[in-house]
Amino acid sequence: MVKTTGLAKIVPGVNGSDSLSILQDIELEILPGEAVAVVGASGSGKSTLLGLLAGLDTPSHGSVQLDGIELYKLDEDGRAALRAQLLGFVFQSFQLLPPLTALENVMLPLELANDEYAEAKARAMLERVGLGERLKHYPKYLSGGEQQRVALARAFVVHPKLLLADEPTGNLDAATGASIIDLLFELNAEAGTTLVLVTHDETLARRCGRQIRLASGRVVNGSAQ
Amino acid sequence: MSRLALRMLLRDWRAGELRVLALALVVAVMSVTSVGFFADRVRHALAGEAHQLLGADLLIKADHPFDNAYHDEALARSLRIATAATFVSMARGAESAQLVGVKAVSAAYPLRGKLRVAQAPNAADAEVAVVPSPGTIWVDERVLPALDKRVGDDLELGDARLRIDGILTVEPDRGVSFFNIAPRVMMNEADVAATGLIQVGSRVNYAFYVAGEREAVQRYEAWAKPRLSRGEEMQSLDNARPEIRQSLDRAQQFLGLTALLAVVLAAVAIGLSTQRYTNRHLNSYAVMRCLGATQRRLMNLFAWEFLLLGVLSCALGCVLGYFAQGVLAASLGGLIGGGEALPSPTLVPALQGFATGLVLLLGFALPPLLQLKNVSALRVIRRDVGAPRQSALFAYGLGLIALSALLIWQAGDIKLGSYVVGGFVAAFGLFAAAGYLGLRALAAFGRHGSLAWRYGLASLRRRSRSNTIQILSLSLGLTAILLLSFTRNDLIDAWRNRTPVDAPNRFVLNIQPEQRQPVLDFFTQHGLQAPNVYPMVRGRLVAINDETVNADAYEDQRSRRLVEREFNLSYMDAIPGHNQVSAGRWFDVAALQAGALSVEEGIAERLGIKVGDRLMWSVGGEQFSAPVTNLRKLNWDSMQVNFFVITTPALLEKFPTSYITSFHLSGAHGALMNELTQTFPNLTVVDMSAILNQALSMMEQVVQAVQFVFLFALIAGVLVLYSALLATQDERVQEAAVMRALGASRAQVGLAQRAEFLALGLLAGLLASAGATAIGYVLAWKVFEFPYDLNAWVWLAGPALGLLCVGFNTWAGTRAALSQPPIVALREA
Repeated sequence: MVKTTGLAKIVPGVNGSDSLSILQDIELEILPGEAVAVVGASGSGKSTLLGLLAGLDTPSHGSVQLDGIELYKLDEDGRAALRAQLLGFVFQSFQLLPPLTALENVMLPLELANDEYAEAKARAMLERVGLGERLKHYPKYLSGGEQQRVALARAFVVHPKLLLADEPTGNLDAATGASIIDLLFELNAEAGTTLVLVTHDETLARRCGRQIRLASGRVVNGSAQ
Repeated sequence: MSRLALRMLLRDWRAGELRVLALALVVAVMSVTSVGFFADRVRHALAGEAHQLLGADLLIKADHPFDNAYHDEALARSLRIATAATFVSMARGAESAQLVGVKAVSAAYPLRGKLRVAQAPNAADAEVAVVPSPGTIWVDERVLPALDKRVGDDLELGDARLRIDGILTVEPDRGVSFFNIAPRVMMNEADVAATGLIQVGSRVNYAFYVAGEREAVQRYEAWAKPRLSRGEEMQSLDNARPEIRQSLDRAQQFLGLTALLAVVLAAVAIGLSTQRYTNRHLNSYAVMRCLGATQRRLMNLFAWEFLLLGVLSCALGCVLGYFAQGVLAASLGGLIGGGEALPSPTLVPALQGFATGLVLLLGFALPPLLQLKNVSALRVIRRDVGAPRQSALFAYGLGLIALSALLIWQAGDIKLGSYVVGGFVAAFGLFAAAGYLGLRALAAFGRHGSLAWRYGLASLRRRSRSNTIQILSLSLGLTAILLLSFTRNDLIDAWRNRTPVDAPNRFVLNIQPEQRQPVLDFFTQHGLQAPNVYPMVRGRLVAINDETVNADAYEDQRSRRLVEREFNLSYMDAIPGHNQVSAGRWFDVAALQAGALSVEEGIAERLGIKVGDRLMWSVGGEQFSAPVTNLRKLNWDSMQVNFFVITTPALLEKFPTSYITSFHLSGAHGALMNELTQTFPNLTVVDMSAILNQALSMMEQVVQAVQFVFLFALIAGVLVLYSALLATQDERVQEAAVMRALGASRAQVGLAQRAEFLALGLLAGLLASAGATAIGYVLAWKVFEFPYDLNAWVWLAGPALGLLCVGFNTWAGTRAALSQPPIVALREA
């Protein structure tokens, strides 16, 4: 489902100092249906890797294949189209759009894909995540846990082949975080989605089938497969 | 695509993201279309009904009776003709007299268009196909109360008694009532002789109307044109009513430019609010990119959303503009002869409004919106990836060029347009610089005092960019309002005060030579001092230094009119007390013998006449010439009888002369004038104070209209203020949260915010007071040429209005900053 070859990200140094290597020689292969955790301390390059896997950033070297397609041979719009086709996202800071209600937030990816049943599908998905009563609420009137449920509903409503989750419990207390993770794994199992989960929470990481540990931009344990 | 854009628009609208932008567009379009619709109605009235306005297909006007050639030729060509003579005279009732504009018409008048007559005040009027029958008259409604008369009563006009047979409501070729101060009395030309009103020296305008087959009229026009002599003027359908066209063009130009002040301020509000919209949508944009929307798709979506918003706002602006023009028509309609009678406007001004709105949208909303295009989708993971900043000048360059083009187009010529653009740039620069310096000074002053004050005033400097914009916009709007409410009254008062209390307030014209002594006796018999009576002879300037005077050689309209018309000449051997020689010497013995001229210095300059020049005059068919031996300076405000040209007596004594005088009449002697006109029916008494008041009330109507249009500018200014507040609101909320987290009380945070707004309101108000005062000084000094006293009230009103305008902002800003617990704001950051 995901394959990287010699993936590296180097950024120029500030004020002429040496350039900074954020990721080096990342070789990964993630199979369809697999759940993989990317773990590491702050600054180890986890989020940069996630950005590259999603086609949000551009690598300095190397390549990324998603579902057999060379991601960085596509232009920016091509990558966006591929995301629309394949990917779902869950972020640490939820990233719900404040002017939109919970329902409208979930409808958004369907609307962008011109899905005429957007509303019905979004309603069903919100009911599935237990927010059937809060469809018309704006994000600012939802608790952190509820916001992340909306974000999960938005991610799964398009039936992605690959779900990328960036510290999904980072902004939540332990109990809420745990219930969100339960829901995430449930939905993942129902849809048979491939999951790449970035976290520094070892307990959470252990719930995934495989862990890839990053330190100073390199994979230090785990293997390409 | 458009459906999704519409949904996005509704969602953003619901969230309040676009309201200021929409309002700014509505105000700008409303401002432009209200003036546009009004101007369009007037233009339509002039163009569509030109022959009605003319009362004929062709009109020849003259300041002397026509010779029979025009008449005979027209009849020979089977054309229909009519004639009219117009002059000013006194109409008398039992107790009072009223200055009226008499129009004596022939039976066929008007050849085009219809007269309308009512039988009682406020009663329905009806078209009539006749003119007043001999012995009867039709009058303007306002004649009746002035003379305490009703329809059916008799009225004295000169030596004649005529019966009021109806109220004249519509007269097709009535001139601009702006200059037609005296109400109309229409009579049959057969009665003119009986009134004895047309005598030597009477100023009478004659009109000769022609109508018929189009080609026959054109051939007649071609025949008559080369035969027009001095003082004769032809008006056809193409050049009908140039005086109305010109003054309305100018009024429209001025109102249009005033309307654009609102557009300029709206542009600032639109730029600011779109910038805020963009800032708040950076994340949304990144999320949608993440969700797979292509850049092109998103830009299309935003473009559609803004276009929809633009079209809806412009449409609303046009509709409101249509209603607002009704107010303008009500204010100004009276000046062009009945606002309600104007035809409905066309759609053209609505298109202009739309064009203005789209220029604003493309020029000032598009650049900040385009910044979204460069937002990286990576922002969803890393918040520090923001939107790349563009140079403001570059981004808005196109908008500024478009706005300048709009100003120049509205001004109607490049030179005036460039002045206006330059004026705007200078005013913006000056107000911005003064505002910025004021902010710095206040911030420095704010280093003392309580924590809240210190913090609030320090914010002035930290947000100096947005604060300067707020001060700039508010002070521009307020300047306009102060200028019209305070400075205008000051100027009018100063002007009134220049005229001494006992200055002459009555002019008596048309005194015939044999009446001169009896009139003077009339004064002494009634215990009044006999006034100075001056002889008056009408003559035309023929040549200056043997060079024939040609009106076309003068560039400005006023000079042209001066040389085309007959002058009122006077003769005397001693200089009048209120005149001063400013060049050369007053008539000495040699000059009195040889004949000489004295010319008023202003007109001498206008027509290029110097001491020593020889002027040739034509009086009563005879010509004479004499040298100019001196120039005189006049005090026009003295309200004395003044003459542009005075000759030595020998030159003019032999010609038919009438006399004129002016004097001060106190209220107690008011009834005397009625007696004077009863004793001497042919005299015309002009009550200057009434005319002055009427002129002032007309000016008031114009000012009201201008003030109404300035109101749009003020609303736009407040919108800028509000959008600037919103632009910094997120920052304020965040700051307030940090302050409260660090232990500041709600009161302290509130005070800090109020201190900042207080300073803003005061500064903007003071700048506006300074602006209005400075403009007042310049107007007094350059235009009206009299000293202008400082008005202390304007310095109180400016800051007070400033505080009133920011009051809402203070309330809204403080409320937003304190409405949620600090933790919410901190978590959102």
